Amino acid sequence: MALFDTRSKDIRNLPGFGLTATLAVAFLYAPILFLVLYSFNSGRSISRLDGLSWQWYQAVFANEEIAGAALNSVLLAVIAASVATVMATAAALAMVRMKVRRRAAAYAVLNFPLMVPEIVTAIASLIFFSSVGLGLGFGSLVIAHTTFCIPFAYLPITARLTSMDPALESAAADLYARPWRRFTLITLPLLAPGLISGWLLAFIVSLDDFIISSMLSGPGSTTLPVHIYSMLRLGITPEVNAVSSLMVAASALVVIISGLIARKQT
Amino acid sequence: MQDQEDACRLTGLGRTYGKGVSAHRALDRIDLTIRSNEFFTLLGPSGCGKTTLLRLIGGFDQPTVGEIAIFGRNVAGLPPEDRPVNTVFQTYALFPHLTVAQNVGFALRMLGRPKAEIAATVARMVALVGLEGMEHRRPDQLSGGQKQRVALARALAPGPKILLLDEPLSALDAKLRQRMRSELKALQRETGITFVFVTHDQDEALAMSDRIAVMQGGRVQQLGKPEEIYEAPANRFVADFIGGANLIPARIGAGGAMSEGLGVVPAKGDLGAEVTLAIRPERLAILPAGLQQPGDLGPLRVTERIYMGNELSFRLEGASVPLHVTLPRGGLRGAQDFAPGDSVCLRAEPGAIRVLAS
Ligand SMILES: Nc1ncnc2c1ncn2[C@@H]1O[C@H](COP(=O)(O)OP(=O)(O)OP(=O)(O)O)[C@@H](O)[C@H]1O
Ligand SMILES: [Mg+2]
Repeated sequence: MALFDTRSKDIRNLPGFGLTATLAVAFLYAPILFLVLYSFNSGRSISRLDGLSWQWYQAVFANEEIAGAALNSVLLAVIAASVATVMATAAALAMVRMKVRRRAAAYAVLNFPLMVPEIVTAIASLIFFSSVGLGLGFGSLVIAHTTFCIPFAYLPITARLTSMDPALESAAADLYARPWRRFTLITLPLLAPGLISGWLLAFIVSLDDFIISSMLSGPGSTTLPVHIYSMLRLGITPEVNAVSSLMVAASALVVIISGLIARKQT
Repeated sequence: MQDQEDACRLTGLGRTYGKGVSAHRALDRIDLTIRSNEFFTLLGPSGCGKTTLLRLIGGFDQPTVGEIAIFGRNVAGLPPEDRPVNTVFQTYALFPHLTVAQNVGFALRMLGRPKAEIAATVARMVALVGLEGMEHRRPDQLSGGQKQRVALARALAPGPKILLLDEPLSALDAKLRQRMRSELKALQRETGITFVFVTHDQDEALAMSDRIAVMQGGRVQQLGKPEEIYEAPANRFVADFIGGANLIPARIGAGGAMSEGLGVVPAKGDLGAEVTLAIRPERLAILPAGLQQPGDLGPLRVTERIYMGNELSFRLEGASVPLHVTLPRGGLRGAQDFAPGDSVCLRAEPGAIRVLAS
């Protein structure tokens, strides 16, 4: 029954598929696995395993500079993700009602910053903030992070919004709901999964950012990635591995949460 | 008198989409009066402007020209939330995150009615549409027919003066559609609410309506009771769209209408006028050609015999257009049968031939 045999067309049945897939996954994850493995090293080396211990994690948690940088990072990411989500929602609500061509144009404008090399954005932000007298520090970081978080927050929100039946809002209006109540009682609750995904995505992008943060952070407003980078200059110990592993864990957690939310929607 | 007042009066109503060369008149100067307490149907093929008209009455869209008065009040510029009109949407548009009870009670909640009143009305509406015990389900836990009932209950709960229904039965299977027809009709009679019902299904329209407006190309082609629309179609379009009449080009002569291959057909009109004869397929008797009398149409040749269970249909050639005849199965008339190739003639029932301007 060759006519109905879809097995032969399945990519998984091509010769060498298993090997290629294994190599690809190994290539993606090997560096991270090594990073995590050596974070448990009992010695000071990051290339020779002496034994297993928690000591570098203890060192990380005892290190007040790391704690301060981590707090800065989380605070920054929460503020930037929240503001970006609000702005992205406003943009998505306005753009979903636009005609197709105008929407494409607006979308391009919104997403263009993603195409600009980040180093250029970073330098431009640095020059801009100093020339308007804002200087370096937490305030500048918040503005810059919010800006580049918007397109990331926008994507899941707009995806959710375009999949919503526009008749729902008409129905709410027909049933005597005024515009604000239509928004809060119908649109917003239905948009919630998109909002949460968008917020998480923005949060993680902000948390992981290095280039822009390294240009704009001043004394006292160092973020975690910037601090890790400065630790490298003093010589690499497994403490760097430990703090990096913690960041990987945080990112993985966020990915898992947003995956669960995405699955619940369907 | 209050209940003799017109529910909805449309005057010179037009809606044009787009501008310049791409402008499209979805509605073209509609004048229509919908009476209070009537079951009024907008019937027409896809794209004729039914939804557009409903959206204008509901306030979801604004007319390009013309006026809408609801119970004597000009509603120009009023948003949907300020009109005493509710809608059953074609896709139902139930709020997926709310329960059946919350959906049905939504309008009353928006109107700020007390909780006890909302609960009582919701219970009454849920019982009315036969959904007791499902109050706490969400829309995705309901069947198509149940969703349809929720949409109906939700639109009826605030007690609208006019209910707009946009093809509410089209998503249901044939059997359920049949049942919902009678239920809807009964509901309309009990509540006394004016129903404006949209459909492209002629059977639905004929079975349910007090009056029907047949629409085509953004215009009302004919307005009348179901019997009038079916028995006395005003033009070719209506005759063809409702019940699929045989439409035969003819010219009025001395003894009747002359048509190619059919001889002289009994029909009246201005001498020499080009007309169209409209004859329903079920109002023709089919006889062997040998029995042809003056006034019968023919002789014609059977080219196709189509068995349809309760009906038998024949396609005949020999006139300027192919003709169709439908016979009921069973009974005396049902005994007649012919095969392709047979030579036959047709005898029209008295009054079955309508003369339409071409
Ligand atoms: N927003 C719009 N922009 C442009 N043209 C439109 C728009 N809405 C409807 N039209 C056009 O107006 C005409 C009437 O549309 P309408 O939706 O009223 O048809 P309908 O009678 O409800 O058809 P159906 O039975 O398929 O629902 C159609 O030709 C349609 O293409
Ligand atoms: Mg329609």
